[in-house]
Amino acid sequence: MKYLADVTTIEYNADKCTGCGRCIEVCPHGVFDMNGKKAFITDKDLCMECGACANNCEFEAISVDYGVGCAAAVINSMISGGEPACGCSGDDGGSSSGACC
Amino acid sequence: MDINRDKNTESGGSCCPPPQPAGMPLKFVSSSLSRPLVSDLREKYDCVTGSVESLAGAVPRVSTAWSSSDRLGAFRSRIGAYRMRYTIPPGLYAVGEPTKGSDVFVTANYKLSFDHLRRALKGINGWILVLDTKSINVWCAAGKGTFGTEELISRIESTKLDKIVEHRRIIVPQLGAVGVNAATVKKRTRFRVEFGPVRADDISGFVENNYKATTEMRKIRFGMRDRVVLTPMEINPAMKKFPQFALIVLLIFGIQPSGILFQDALWGGLPFILLGLLAVFTGAFLTPALLPYVPFRSFAVKGWIVGIFAVYLLVDHLHYIPTMDSYLKAVAYIFFPMMSSYIALQFTGSTTYTGMSGVKKELKLGVPVYIVAATVSFIVTIFHKLVVWGVI
Repeated sequence: MKYLADVTTIEYNADKCTGCGRCIEVCPHGVFDMNGKKAFITDKDLCMECGACANNCEFEAISVDYGVGCAAAVINSMISGGEPACGCSGDDGGSSSGACC
Repeated sequence: MDINRDKNTESGGSCCPPPQPAGMPLKFVSSSLSRPLVSDLREKYDCVTGSVESLAGAVPRVSTAWSSSDRLGAFRSRIGAYRMRYTIPPGLYAVGEPTKGSDVFVTANYKLSFDHLRRALKGINGWILVLDTKSINVWCAAGKGTFGTEELISRIESTKLDKIVEHRRIIVPQLGAVGVNAATVKKRTRFRVEFGPVRADDISGFVENNYKATTEMRKIRFGMRDRVVLTPMEINPAMKKFPQFALIVLLIFGIQPSGILFQDALWGGLPFILLGLLAVFTGAFLTPALLPYVPFRSFAVKGWIVGIFAVYLLVDHLHYIPTMDSYLKAVAYIFFPMMSSYIALQFTGSTTYTGMSGVKKELKLGVPVYIVAATVSFIVTIFHKLVVWGVI
């Protein structure tokens, strides 16, 4: 299953890639694959912006505006003005960010 | 696996750590003061069956089998707020007869995550390192940072893992990679992070495959069963708001020039309450269950399609609601598919593949449409009333 086309914010810079393969190891959607000694993006639309690749790329070859793909979190952030964050506990509908210190 | 819904415990600031006395490191607090004794754990958790001696003291041993109370706990966590307090104390545990050479598997202190891991370790002698994620599953906690680099490092130190095992390899679930930076962990603890498979069930295959996950083990799946188990947490929040909706509907239909009439409220309002229930069912259950089979990628569109199909079935195909004039029929077709669409959009919080940019786009386009549809529905309903009253 794929989500909306052409919306993901993932960016990959092949010049910085050393071909360590960490991105392939951590991506749950197979967004990356190896092409010789460099990684490449197979299909951008598969990316769900979880941020695992960017977090673990030691060479800063990947950047992504990561966050939760959750309507309730995004609506809460629109109302409260904060970043969308998991905050719904299931029984109070969530309070976005801020409840936790 | 729940991504975004199995979340938060933070009501009333319970997540805030107590103020640290000056000079006292966090690891000291967590290892020496809050770690329960094995005997206490045995009393409270029937999965704890005994203890294993190690160079760093007694480590509680857990069974790899699920008891009836584990199954009940799993069920209760799926349907409501019980998940918020379904925890296991953080720290080190043992399965089987682990030695200095045995593998270390890392997980969250949400007991359902812990239970899935220990069940998958059947026949394996190993160590389980439980991080304090405030009762949140691995993926969600990693997104929040509680299943993260700092917590992993401090837990490795507080459990004296370097004394318990000789090797320097820890297996972290792949979905934890959102929060765990492997390079930093290596630098600070000398432990090398191997990201394991997405699903705990694949762990024995991963170990047999010389600690390499296959492409299949790396990908997250989202089958019909995975989706359906998440639907109670879609239906519950929607139904919590339903009484308000029903009250407004009854009020609108009950208002007459002579006052509020109970009979009119009931007979006029019931079809709309029924359609409302239908919209909850299509948005919170049917759309998630049939997700890949409903056309288009947008959740709002998927929910609308299933919703309008259901409205057609009930109103025009089965003629289940005979009392509707053309005004009310228009309202039924405008309002309820939109309601189904809005509820289906909430499921983005539970899927394994929707990203934030996509959700923002859906909302940016969708919210104005929802507002217009609700306003038009209200105006047409007023028109219907004026016609019935003979005003126009």
